[in-house]
Amino acid sequence: MRFGRMSVLTAVDLAVGPGEVVGIAGPNGSGKTTLLRILATLTRPTVGSARVLGSIVGTDPLTETRRHVALLGHQPALWGELTLLENLSFVARLSGIGTERVRDILHQVGLGGAMGRRADHSSHGMQRRVEFARALLTRPSLLLLDEAHAGLDRAAQAIVETTVADVRDRGGGVVLVSHEPDRMLPLVDFTYVLEGGALVAERGLA
Amino acid sequence: MTGMGFWRQAREIARKDLMVEGRAGEAMYITVPFGAVALMLIPLAIGTDKPLLARVGPGMFLAVSLLFGMLVAFRQTATDTQPQRELLMLLGTDAAAKFVGRSAASTLLLLIFELVLIPVTVLLYNPGRIDGWPWLVLVVVLLATGLSLVGTLAGTVTLGLKTRSTLTPLLVAPLSMPMLLAAGQIVESLRVERSIVVWVLLMVAINLAMSVIGVATAKPLEETAT
Repeated sequence: MRFGRMSVLTAVDLAVGPGEVVGIAGPNGSGKTTLLRILATLTRPTVGSARVLGSIVGTDPLTETRRHVALLGHQPALWGELTLLENLSFVARLSGIGTERVRDILHQVGLGGAMGRRADHSSHGMQRRVEFARALLTRPSLLLLDEAHAGLDRAAQAIVETTVADVRDRGGGVVLVSHEPDRMLPLVDFTYVLEGGALVAERGLA
Repeated sequence: MTGMGFWRQAREIARKDLMVEGRAGEAMYITVPFGAVALMLIPLAIGTDKPLLARVGPGMFLAVSLLFGMLVAFRQTATDTQPQRELLMLLGTDAAAKFVGRSAASTLLLLIFELVLIPVTVLLYNPGRIDGWPWLVLVVVLLATGLSLVGTLAGTVTLGLKTRSTLTPLLVAPLSMPMLLAAGQIVESLRVERSIVVWVLLMVAINLAMSVIGVATAKPLEETAT
C-alpha cells in the first residue's frame, strides 16, 4: 500500500476465518490503521489485493459487503447534536433493522440513564460505548476494532469482551489493532506484529 | 442487516440533517440575519429613490437568495465528518439517496430562508403589486430546489479537497446563473404581463438536469473522496 511516494504496507499476508479473533500489534505509524481501513473496504490497496467477505476491495461492488462490516475507529462516528438514543436509532432505521432493540442495547452497555444526553455533551468513554452498542445492534460478520480499549475505563472492558464474543459466537471474524498488545491478548486467538508496514512476527496462540 | 429502500434512506438522511440543523442552527442562524442585513444595505446605498428601489427589489431578493442559499447548501454538505461519512458507507447507504436526502433538507432550509426574506424585501423595497403571485411561489420553490441541488452537488464534488472552500463557490456561481436569470425574467415578465412559460421551463429543466447529474455521480464521487 502506497500513499504517494511513501510505502505504508509492504509485506502483509493475513487471513481471518469465521469465528476467529485476530490481534495486530505494532508501534504508532506501523500501518495498523491503514490495514484496518483496507479490511473495512474504505481504502483501496494500491498493490496486492484484499478480499473481504468474498468481495475484492476496489474491484467488486461493495455496498452489500459493507453492510456486514463494522469499524470502530479512533474518533466516534456520532452526530454531536443528536442524543445517544437518536444516534443509535438513526443507525437502526438506516440499516433497516428497526428500533425495538435500541433502548435494551443502550442499557446493556451501561448507558440506560444517559440515552437522552446529546453526544457532544457526553464523555469520550460514553461515546465509545455507543460505538460498541452500534456493533451489538447491527451484528456485523466482520468487526474491526482500532484501539478498542482507548477511552474505556476498567468497568467498560466487559463491553469489549461482550461485543467480540457476540461476533465470534455467530461465526464472524474480528480484527483488533492496538499498540498495547497486553490489553487485547485475552481476547484474541492469534496475534501478529506489524512493523514498518510488514507483518514480521506471529506470536501464536494466545 | 437488509438495508432499506432508496426513498426511506433519503428521508432518514434529510430528517437527520434537519434535526442537526435544528439544534446547531449553524446554517440558518447565520445566513438569515446576514441576508436581511444585505437587503437593508442596498436601500441605504441607493437612497430614497422609491421607483428605483421598487424595480431592483425582486432582483436584490434573488441575488441575496443565491449568495446565502449557496452558503446554506455548502454548509449542509460540510456537516458530516469523515468517520460519519464512512459510517454511512458501512451501513450500506446509497450515495444517491444521501444526495437526494441532503438536497431535500437544504431545500427546506432555503425555503425558510426565502420566506423570512420576502416580507423584509416587501417592507424595504415596496415592489408594488405583481399579478400572478402564485407563479412567484413556484419561482421561490424552484429557486430553493435548484440552489440546493447545485450546492449539494458542488459540495459533493469538492468533498475531501483542501481547496474546498474556494472551489465550491466557483463551481456554484456559474451553475446558478441561468437559474437566477430565469427567476429574474419571470418576475419582470409578470410585472409587464409577458409570457413566463419559457423561463419556468428553463428552471424546471435546470432542476431536472442537476437532479440527474447529482444522482448519477453520487456513487463515483463518494468512492473518490474516501
